Amino acid sequence: MFSYLLRRVGYGLLILIGVNLLTFFLFFTVNTPDDMARLNIGGKRITQAQIDKWKSERGYDRPLYYNEAEQGTAKVTHTVLWERSVSLMMLNFGRSDSARSTDIGHEVSTRMGVSLQLALPLFLLQLIVSVSFSLMLVFFRHTRIDFWGVVLCVLMLSISSLFYIIVGQYMFSRVLRLVPISGFAPGLDAVRFLVLPVFLSLLARLGGEARLYRAMFLEEISRDYVRTARAKGLSETVVLFRHVLKNALIPIITSAGAYLPYVFMGSLVFESFFGIPGLGAFVIEAISGQDFAIVRTMVFLGAALYIASNVLIDIAYTWVDPRVRLS
Amino acid sequence: MGFKFVVLWTDVALWALFASILAYAIRVSRHDALRVTWRRVLRDAPALCAALVMALFMLVTALDSVHFRRVLASAEGQAAGKVFYDTRTESLLDVVLSRQIGMRETTYSAPLGYLAITKQTVTRDGQTVRELPRLIHGGAHLTDPASQWQADLLQRGLTGAAGGLLVAALLALLAARALAAQHGGTSAALRDILADRTHYPVRALLLTVTIICLLAGPVVAWMGHYHVFGTDRTGNDVLVQTLKSIRTAFVIGMLSTLATLPIAVVLGILAGWFRGWVDEAVQYLYTTLSSVPNVLLIAACVLMVQVALDKHPEWFETGAERSDLKVFLLCVILGVTGWATLCRLVRAETLKLRELEFVQAATAFGVPPGRIMSRHILPNVMHLVLITTVLSFSELILYEAVLTYVGVGVDPSTSSFGGMINLARSEMSRDPVVWWSFAAAFGFMVALVLAANLFADGVRDAFDPRSRALRPRLQRRPAA
Repeated sequence: MFSYLLRRVGYGLLILIGVNLLTFFLFFTVNTPDDMARLNIGGKRITQAQIDKWKSERGYDRPLYYNEAEQGTAKVTHTVLWERSVSLMMLNFGRSDSARSTDIGHEVSTRMGVSLQLALPLFLLQLIVSVSFSLMLVFFRHTRIDFWGVVLCVLMLSISSLFYIIVGQYMFSRVLRLVPISGFAPGLDAVRFLVLPVFLSLLARLGGEARLYRAMFLEEISRDYVRTARAKGLSETVVLFRHVLKNALIPIITSAGAYLPYVFMGSLVFESFFGIPGLGAFVIEAISGQDFAIVRTMVFLGAALYIASNVLIDIAYTWVDPRVRLS
Repeated sequence: MGFKFVVLWTDVALWALFASILAYAIRVSRHDALRVTWRRVLRDAPALCAALVMALFMLVTALDSVHFRRVLASAEGQAAGKVFYDTRTESLLDVVLSRQIGMRETTYSAPLGYLAITKQTVTRDGQTVRELPRLIHGGAHLTDPASQWQADLLQRGLTGAAGGLLVAALLALLAARALAAQHGGTSAALRDILADRTHYPVRALLLTVTIICLLAGPVVAWMGHYHVFGTDRTGNDVLVQTLKSIRTAFVIGMLSTLATLPIAVVLGILAGWFRGWVDEAVQYLYTTLSSVPNVLLIAACVLMVQVALDKHPEWFETGAERSDLKVFLLCVILGVTGWATLCRLVRAETLKLRELEFVQAATAFGVPPGRIMSRHILPNVMHLVLITTVLSFSELILYEAVLTYVGVGVDPSTSSFGGMINLARSEMSRDPVVWWSFAAAFGFMVALVLAANLFADGVRDAFDPRSRALRPRLQRRPAA
């Protein structure tokens, strides 16, 4: 188990290096530091001196991949690629490219807490609601409830999440005035602001998830052990909750685990629509402000979280299914 | 009047796509097993109706994919023989809708309205009054709108609906005529259709046709004199925009998956066939790609493309070509970043296939690996490709809206559902609420995505027997 985890983490590091190279290539080769400087300083007439100053302030004044001027290992280490990569790996994110030049590490740590407040309850509720809805459909299979339930699911997953948000905001905040339209407050006050995004996000993903889980449960229900359980005279409820649910946990964990990185990264769309200052909104700001340092950091962070959550999913497998051995 | 054709990148791609769909259809008609499977798709009522809706949307897309620029009327002092072209690129759809495009108001107006929605100060008979001004085009044919408006709308609407019903009835008769030989006469065929006793679900299909005709009839009847879905902020007809957005949705939905295919299929087959280090390398590649949050990766690529486009204004002649190139590149980006899922499936299937007898036999006969992969493996993973393509179509259309909202989607000058929703966000907080462009985008997008989903389900059920067991079924009551 330990050696397995060690190997997974090692492979994860390899992947992170790959991600880092990819983003570096994307950001620096297509778009040289000079271009970035021009973009960020703005204005029509920009002198080379201004560009050089901007570059040296942010440490972009070195060759990108290979430094001819240095000796020995410094040829490789005194480059933008090396410095940026090493500092990212050390979780030292540096400052943003924009004029405000905020400390990215500080922003990330404060905003991640906010994102968690929205995403963690959402993640848990999502699991509970989708699983119970799909279990209900399975319980009533081959009846009208199942049929129309699936029709509803297909209809719901055909509607863009943006529609849910816009209509929901209009209904609950503007017409009914139940909750504030957008914004955020720390502490217990946050609940008022978070109720609507959590509810709408649940609604937006319910169709797809419930249909998926229903398929998983139905696959499980045709197995032999289910027939045995029924033959023993167990009631349908016991069969569903004690046998089918337990055995379907592995695929459920796999599909729910895919959302795990977003529990920390936050949802881009929901955070920016509801004015919640989490990581998702941070990314949107960075994209619209063309702040590459932030985007690069978030790509790295997202990849790291993805790898971590995959390891967590593997551990969860051993936990729900004793037959699974990590080796 | 002269014109020259403008060949946009996405046009070429779309027409190539239509051609390949046609080629596939011909192949299906000659291939027994494929024909049987596709017949199964068409026997599924939701899938058949969805296919009809998709075909209609596809027709709009095709009309909107023939672009040209008109010759400008020669001005005085212009050198003889030199021809200047309009900077505006038009499509066939623009020609069909030229009246609606010409009916431009100054700003927002409600659907079917004849008055603007905001009051203006007008001087009448020497007095200044604040009132809602009449629209320039919407309901302009009415002399006394206050009394005539309702009756005019009703009359046109009913005429349109009646026309629609007539068309639907004609189509039903045609269908009955076509089935007459099998069912013993036209009237018997009609009865069988009504009782749903036909081989294909003709009743459901005709019901869909009737609904479409009933909806389209009044719209066609109204759209000559009113803005059926109102106008947007710059006074453009929302109906036109919605119709033009369909093409963008199709381009994104189809071309993006098309762009994934070569990478995903080739790498997947290579990894599954050679195993060993090739497999490791491919797995490493797609794990790396899929570990980056999708939106971020796409955003990064799109930002790069944007910079590159800004640096090279010489790549395109008109603004239309620029925004088109951007849509095209967006599709390529979506393809290059989104091949991991399909590649994983193809790799797993190849691993399974290479151990089967027919492949083993081919190896034993000394068929070179390249030939085995193209002749024996590739045809047997095509069903995965097909299922993935149709399934991801609807996802991509929904995704486009999110990307446009994030600011990395299509240009604001290209009409798209994402752009309309994006604008709707501020329009919904106006007073009075401007809901119509949002509602129009909603209606069309749900129709398109729903049709795509239903069609995809039908295709999956036909090609993947395992998924058929998961269909929700109503137990039929025994016939009395």
